[in-house]
Amino acid sequence: MSMTLAEKILARASGRSRVAPDEIVVADVDLAMSHENADLVRKAFLEIGAPRVWDPEKIVIIFDHRIPAESEKTAATHKAVREFVRQQGIRHFYDVGRGGICHQVLADNGHVKPGMVVVGTDSHTTTHGAFGAFATGIGATEMAGVWVEGRLWFKVPSTIRIEVEGEFAPWVSAKDLILWIIGKLGAAGADYRAVEFDGSAVRRMSVASRMVLCNLSMEMGAKVAFTPVAEIGPDPEAEYERTLHIHLGYDIPEPQIACPHSVDNVKPLSALGEVKVHQAVLGSCTNGRLEDLEIAARILAGRRVHPDTRLIVIPASQRICLEAMRLGYLETLIEAGAIVNPPGCGPCVGVHQGILAAGEVCVSSTNRNFIGRMGSKDSFVYLASPAVVAASAVAGRIIHPEAVMAKENAHV
Amino acid sequence: MSDASPILRGRVAAVLGANIDTDLIYPGRYLNITDREKTAEHLFELAWPEIRSRLRPGDFIVAGPNFGCGSSREQAAAALKYAGCGAVIAASFARIFYRNAINLGLPAVVSPSAAAQCGEGDELEIDLSAGEIHNLSRNITIAAAPLDPRAIELVRSGGLIPWLKAKYAAPAAG
Repeated sequence: MSMTLAEKILARASGRSRVAPDEIVVADVDLAMSHENADLVRKAFLEIGAPRVWDPEKIVIIFDHRIPAESEKTAATHKAVREFVRQQGIRHFYDVGRGGICHQVLADNGHVKPGMVVVGTDSHTTTHGAFGAFATGIGATEMAGVWVEGRLWFKVPSTIRIEVEGEFAPWVSAKDLILWIIGKLGAAGADYRAVEFDGSAVRRMSVASRMVLCNLSMEMGAKVAFTPVAEIGPDPEAEYERTLHIHLGYDIPEPQIACPHSVDNVKPLSALGEVKVHQAVLGSCTNGRLEDLEIAARILAGRRVHPDTRLIVIPASQRICLEAMRLGYLETLIEAGAIVNPPGCGPCVGVHQGILAAGEVCVSSTNRNFIGRMGSKDSFVYLASPAVVAASAVAGRIIHPEAVMAKENAHV
Repeated sequence: MSDASPILRGRVAAVLGANIDTDLIYPGRYLNITDREKTAEHLFELAWPEIRSRLRPGDFIVAGPNFGCGSSREQAAAALKYAGCGAVIAASFARIFYRNAINLGLPAVVSPSAAAQCGEGDELEIDLSAGEIHNLSRNITIAAAPLDPRAIELVRSGGLIPWLKAKYAAPAAG
């Protein structure tokens, strides 16, 4: 019996020869990741009363949502987790200044391997399907159960296959592709399901771009998402719930924008009309990687951020920050008038480092534009690619990068 | 704990639409609150703070499809539970919210038509294992998916923590 990649990994992890959609299996967990909410997990773990975690080598803890600590309350949380990590002998701990955004840190340090079952107390854990892992988000209490037992029940998901062919139009990227897909399928379009991306266009993509596809699949409800890896793949005769065929040049000829206040409210840029922006944000687990900083630097080189707009740049990890510094991207961005935040989640979760006031509009390379996500409930977040974010920062309004590149200097 | 058919009775505190995300249920700015009881103070704070003051113990929240989409934050389910919500009834749930709710002992009931057949203030009786909602105010029965027996067991234990506690904290009883 042929299996999809999700079925294959769950079969292996639950000790079965085969599994089928809707079956419940109990699978061994290979990697359990948490960020600051490790404090919630820790409390639940202590309540359960087990003396030791099941395997300290398989737990990774990375601070990213509130770094450096923005309040005394967070400082106390960080401190409690540090103490717990020491007591339990958890070696894979990335403190302030040692890591960055959890999903990027796992990738930077090679924690995820093809075929693994990865759970994280963060919804964007789907990102790690780019490395061939069955990777999904869970809550803190459930993670406490994993810390005790090292296993978890899963309902085997059915799989949606998405095959992508063709070449990207100029200034169109993986972000535009996945926003377009979410716009078509809807916010619940992949609920409880696995998504397999494949096709020549996906196979040509960088690892960073593949991570964008898997990361944002969460915004259509996906349990897990995969891009192809050499080590493990679906059987050729695997059965899919449905298969979508996308041709980049034909289907997605221009950048896509997710308008307030839902990620599936997607429009092509040309249908947007005039949208002035007070803030532009380049960063997050979705789009804070080197290729994202590179394209922004290319657009902002020799140009200035619009006087009525501020540009906030957040490299996804310490490693990416260092590399972007060596390559001169950060210098270019700072010279253009950007502020560079420390690697971490930044304003994406609405906690600090760039909160929006009532009435303000932000164009952002992040992943959610819900009401109040980045600050005031009366602010507006438009999700876009890094190139559109950078170009819009120059123009002071949401704009096609082509229009900015056609002019030599500041005001477009 | 031996009742074969758990029945919940309460009033509808609010009927909400589709895609109620976890930022609406519990804003990200309060994620550093790790005392579950305290999360209740910020339930629906940005858009509908009045729901919290309206909620009486055991009341239900009724909603459209994809309730709890977005973040994995468990505080969204905790805030509902500790504000007194007896169950959430929705056309469908985002998967992480669903697991969080059951793991905290908050029943999450799937009913595609409940939002259309319930109004604020209606008295409901929910039979979790049969998958039936009786709208006593309108004298109608609304179809729902039966809650999985494992989920019912977790809900009755008060959630995953007490359930695991019974398993691990006590010496193994064979």
